[in-house]
Amino acid sequence: MTAASRLSEQGYTYAYLDEQTKRMIRRALLKAVAIPGYQVPFGSREMPMPYGWGTGGVQVTAAIIGPSDVLKVIDQGADDTTNAVSIRKFFAATAEVATTTATERASIVQTRHRVPETPLQEGQILVLQVPIPEPLRWLEARESETRKMHALEEYGVMHVSLYEDLARFGRIAKTYDYPVLVEGRYLMRPSPIPKFDNPKLDKSPALMLFGAGRERRIYALPPYTRVESLAFEDHPFEVETWEQCCALCGATDSFLDEVIMDDRGGRMFTCSDTDYCNQRQAAQGKPNPDTLGGKA
Amino acid sequence: MTAANPLLQVQGLTKRYGDRIGCAGVSFDLYPGEVIGVVGESGSGKTTLLNCLSAQLEPSEGSVIYDSRSKGPLELYSLSEAERRLLLRSEWGLVRQNPRDGLRMGVSAGANVGERMMAVGARHYGEIRGRAGHWLQQLEIDAERIDDRPATFSGGMQQRLQIARNLVTEPRLVFMDEPTGGLDVSVQARLLDLLRGLVRDLGLACILVTHDLGVVRLLSHRLLVMQKGRVVEQGLTDQVLDDPQHPYSQMLVSSILPV
Repeated sequence: MTAASRLSEQGYTYAYLDEQTKRMIRRALLKAVAIPGYQVPFGSREMPMPYGWGTGGVQVTAAIIGPSDVLKVIDQGADDTTNAVSIRKFFAATAEVATTTATERASIVQTRHRVPETPLQEGQILVLQVPIPEPLRWLEARESETRKMHALEEYGVMHVSLYEDLARFGRIAKTYDYPVLVEGRYLMRPSPIPKFDNPKLDKSPALMLFGAGRERRIYALPPYTRVESLAFEDHPFEVETWEQCCALCGATDSFLDEVIMDDRGGRMFTCSDTDYCNQRQAAQGKPNPDTLGGKA
Repeated sequence: MTAANPLLQVQGLTKRYGDRIGCAGVSFDLYPGEVIGVVGESGSGKTTLLNCLSAQLEPSEGSVIYDSRSKGPLELYSLSEAERRLLLRSEWGLVRQNPRDGLRMGVSAGANVGERMMAVGARHYGEIRGRAGHWLQQLEIDAERIDDRPATFSGGMQQRLQIARNLVTEPRLVFMDEPTGGLDVSVQARLLDLLRGLVRDLGLACILVTHDLGVVRLLSHRLLVMQKGRVVEQGLTDQVLDDPQHPYSQMLVSSILPV
């Protein structure tokens, strides 16, 4: 492999992590795929970036990436934020892969806070960066006890927190990191994606891998896994809706960000998924201001 | 007492902590609807016994057989941990001395009462809330306070809330560890009155651990007197309290302050 030999001349292994580490992560990934929603502990390494910036996701991506892959990195839906650009450059340099901003062209999509609007296809892999993998963390402080609760399927307390929301606000106030039940068995935190994206996890044709670097946990949703957002029978699960459409592309079906325009209350709503918005604008014949594309 | 099967059969229950004894050779039967008081001084093994009976502490020797609603008689410590924990939140109740240990202080009273319902699978918000309100009223807590946190309740109300939280899944057996400890005398009296009514109306069986002989005289049918981990005397409550046979029971009864 020429790419690997050139990297080794620079003193780096392919995709930054050493081969033993990648093997260990792949083992954890296989276990995670075999038990959907179960948090598999793994020996998280220090990465050349701070915790909270996606060390878990980067390690998962490094373990699965190969020279023929095409990588897309999203941060809060956007391809052009610091974090997304740095991670994309990191893998372009260490794994010599092609990168893209187009969801449908990517074979691996590493993401933070969003699932792309463009439906994922079979064969694609979505890698999510997870800050806190344990859904019961704020309800039960002891790790030994939360593991026992997972083992014994004692998830009643999660509904206590939803009950409390309803009693206090009249609706379930959780808007992101909304808890889901995987295949009717494991309670899972879908990472801090808006609950708008929760339905996209259900029976998705793509493989979804979740990596938490600081907390040293990996979990996964194999393709076509049943993912159910928790709710009450008389208060079913609902996603966010907006009265506006996207001010740039006119989309009515995507997750909108509110952008403050001035200090007199002016604001506009735009798609949070920049790739989706740009593609729609291009189709409408609007000039595309996006200078990314191809290799980052 | 009818010829019903005992709800709980305890045989030679012993718990050792290394060389020391927590409790030793405890045997008794508890029948449905019966209240048994366990009295003794601090360190006499009352709480150890209670923990062993309520499947929280594995005994060193002996057996505890519980006659469950769904599956008939079960030997507690041959069950899996999952089954034991299920029993604890469906057919049993556990009232702790300090309500802060038995309550979830960060969520509202309604959520506290609803927790056990949700733990056994209730998923209808309206029904959970309705039943929580009903049980708050049963325990003489104003239904308007359903959305208040327990931290804003008085000590007596917290204790009643803890009892409501336990009774909501209609347990058959309730373990109480000093339920009136830390409450002032008039609140104690009200709580005891309420408990006596509930035990009678719901046909609850109870194991009541206390050092307060006044509480057992009011509530319990039978009495176990413990000293240094062993049961030194057992019998009907009034029999033991009015005519104690063992020197330790005599000392215990005579040390009640006459008012």
